[in-house]
Amino acid sequence: MLNYDFKWSILWEEPYGGWILEGVATTLKLGALCCLFSFILGVIIGTLRITNYKPLRIFAEAYTEFFRDIPLLVQLFFWYFAVPSLMPETMRVWVYQEIPNFEFWVVVVGLSLYSSSRMAEQIRAGINSISPDQFNAALSTGFSHYQAYRYVIIPLAVRLVIPPLTTETLTVFKNTALAMTVGVLETTFMSQQVEAYTFHGLEATTAACVIYMIITLIVVGTMNWIEKMLAVPGLIIRKGANS
Amino acid sequence: MSFEWQVITNNFSFLMGGLLTTFQLAIIAISGGLALGILVGMARLSSIKPIYYPATLFVNLMRTQPLILVIFWFYFLIPIVLGNPIDAFTSAAIAFIIFEASYFAEIIRAGIQSISKGQVEAAYSTGFTYWQAMRYFIIPQALKNMLPSLITQGVVVFQDTSLAYVIGLREFLRSANVVDAREMRSVELYLFVGFVYFMICFSMSRICKRMELKKGAA
Repeated sequence: MLNYDFKWSILWEEPYGGWILEGVATTLKLGALCCLFSFILGVIIGTLRITNYKPLRIFAEAYTEFFRDIPLLVQLFFWYFAVPSLMPETMRVWVYQEIPNFEFWVVVVGLSLYSSSRMAEQIRAGINSISPDQFNAALSTGFSHYQAYRYVIIPLAVRLVIPPLTTETLTVFKNTALAMTVGVLETTFMSQQVEAYTFHGLEATTAACVIYMIITLIVVGTMNWIEKMLAVPGLIIRKGANS
Repeated sequence: MSFEWQVITNNFSFLMGGLLTTFQLAIIAISGGLALGILVGMARLSSIKPIYYPATLFVNLMRTQPLILVIFWFYFLIPIVLGNPIDAFTSAAIAFIIFEASYFAEIIRAGIQSISKGQVEAAYSTGFTYWQAMRYFIIPQALKNMLPSLITQGVVVFQDTSLAYVIGLREFLRSANVVDAREMRSVELYLFVGFVYFMICFSMSRICKRMELKKGAA
């Protein structure tokens, strides 16, 4: 047992340490982009799920079910392998040759769509927890439905869902690790590349674990900061709080 | 382009072999993860500090990690500890049990906390020990209360098993990938894989929703 020669120094040796740092940069970039897009999509889909117009509601419901019930890895493979072969020949060649970092953008699309369905669920729960009085009050001051959502309901809902969205943001960052399977050079990929070159997989993987831990702390810190920035003083909104 | 669905029928038994592996891994991961999760969940509520802190550390640590990395980590660690290489399935199963235990533990903890103090005191006052009270009173009720969350987590675990792909385990996704490498029919194969996963997970989440509605009505 433990007949293994630990060699932690590979982590700061050239070029391995540099690889891992490059990977971290890619992870952060990928995670931030996916968070942004999935949040925007999530707000749209989450709002559609509770509109009075039935076809839109059914569309949004189907959207969430569809992306939630298929493993993310299968979705990524679909975007990466299947979608290009559905394209016409000229377009496929263009996609492969002209888009720098094709696999990176594939993951941005795939992960954003996947995460948006989860974000939408949280946004919906947030909107549902706002008292209907708020909505009626907005309408009675002469707002249209769209304006009531745009200026009253969504600004309140976004603040309410920040705590659950913190969890989702973390999930997005953790899920960026799957990008390695289509060849994006992010943290997990780089740690496995170090393994391939040095056979010191345990050290490289442990280093990656520590990095994800630090990323988590940064994300939680940032979200807490956003929560404080956006907080409306003295605002407590709860459904049926006055009943 | 034209679709050629024969690629599915021609390789049907191979693909189903992969699906079987997926199911085996999922069942091991869910039952093992749940069993370990119950213990960790109990430890998370313990008043004994040397039990509480390691359990809390374990849960919080696991929840910061991507599963894919945990799978790799155990894949490298286990051969070092055992001194001889092991197969991908065993390695993946161990990684899944330990990783999913941290998620099940939080559900169990919430379940235990949802039970009124009176129940626990009633159990103690009839002369039950801690373990007996847990075994006969609290855990069964906690599991029952948390059944919808547990099923949801079960569906998540089922989907997560596709990540064992990365250490070369020939589960459902990997077997489609193997066929694809030979036949070059990505669209049909990944649509099929997605469809099968969707049908299984969608029907499970429907069952789950119905249970929640029933609970709400009762």
